[in-house]
Amino acid sequence: MRLSAILFVLVLVFGGVIASAQEALDDPFSPEIEAEAREVGKSLRCVVCQNQSIEDSGAPLAADMRQLVRERLSQGDSPDQVRAYMTSRYGNFVLMKPPLQADTLLLWFGPLIFILLGAFGWFVYLRPRRGDLAPVEALSQDELERLSVLAPASRGE
Amino acid sequence: MTAQRDGTVPTLPRWTGLVPVGVLMVIIAFFATGLTKDPHALPTMMVDRPMPEFELQPLDAQMPNLTNDALRGGVTLVNVFGSWCVSCVAEHPMLMELNQSGLVTIHGVDWRDEAADGKAWLDRYGNPYTSVGLDADSRLAIDLGVTGAPETFLVDADGRVRYKQIGPITPEIWQETLAPLIEKLKADAQ
Repeated sequence: MRLSAILFVLVLVFGGVIASAQEALDDPFSPEIEAEAREVGKSLRCVVCQNQSIEDSGAPLAADMRQLVRERLSQGDSPDQVRAYMTSRYGNFVLMKPPLQADTLLLWFGPLIFILLGAFGWFVYLRPRRGDLAPVEALSQDELERLSVLAPASRGE
Repeated sequence: MTAQRDGTVPTLPRWTGLVPVGVLMVIIAFFATGLTKDPHALPTMMVDRPMPEFELQPLDAQMPNLTNDALRGGVTLVNVFGSWCVSCVAEHPMLMELNQSGLVTIHGVDWRDEAADGKAWLDRYGNPYTSVGLDADSRLAIDLGVTGAPETFLVDADGRVRYKQIGPITPEIWQETLAPLIEKLKADAQ
């Protein structure tokens, strides 16, 4: 019990030191470059674990891509230039957000097309129309009399 | 469906009953093609583009290093491997055989590896490579759009990538794809 308490304190004290040391080793770039690189990294897909951005991924190749992004940014590339470089190597696949271009039109506007189709179907087949309901026949004289007894204020229309 | 004036529900033309069947067919066709594709096989950007400039360090002082110069003047294979790569062990006998046959020159890119580990790996399994370069920080790998090992690039005499093989070169892939392409490239060069 006492041992585990001591270990717990040791982890609390040194864990942070170890973690920050590792980060310092990986990131010798200025805070501005670092912030920019994180933005770019979030927009680039890890090509190994395909549902993560390189910023989130633990794959070794993603780590090398992060490093390359930082180096290119610190050499004066703009974020778009870095993305363009990665796209030239891995295709549009490497972008987390696919670009709007001829072969992605269906991807971007497909949902809209389906909504329009649905709206069209509803309009043609399901739209309630005036006159769809059977017309209400006028009350007979007898019914009007009974109504005036039940609800004197009613005008019986 | 709202009631008509006479109280009946309007009927649709008979053929509209086939619409759900048609939609289902489209969905089946969509999945039949989509689900049989390998999601890890990314479109290759490098084909018909020149090899990027590179100069890779050798695994040890006695071995030749790998630069673009090695690729000039003949059809070559550039094989991306690593001592950590399991499929590379499976592919290795095929590369040894190809090297012995003399049909094509093979160069190796030791990717994300320690030089000593790569060297030990080649000592253990044999070295089919004319030259080997170390790509410890993935510079060339990213330049080539590599996503995993092994990957093999077929480079023509002008230093242009003509084909990319993702995954091990099997005897089938060699006979059906790579060998005919190499024959053709050699014939074109003459």
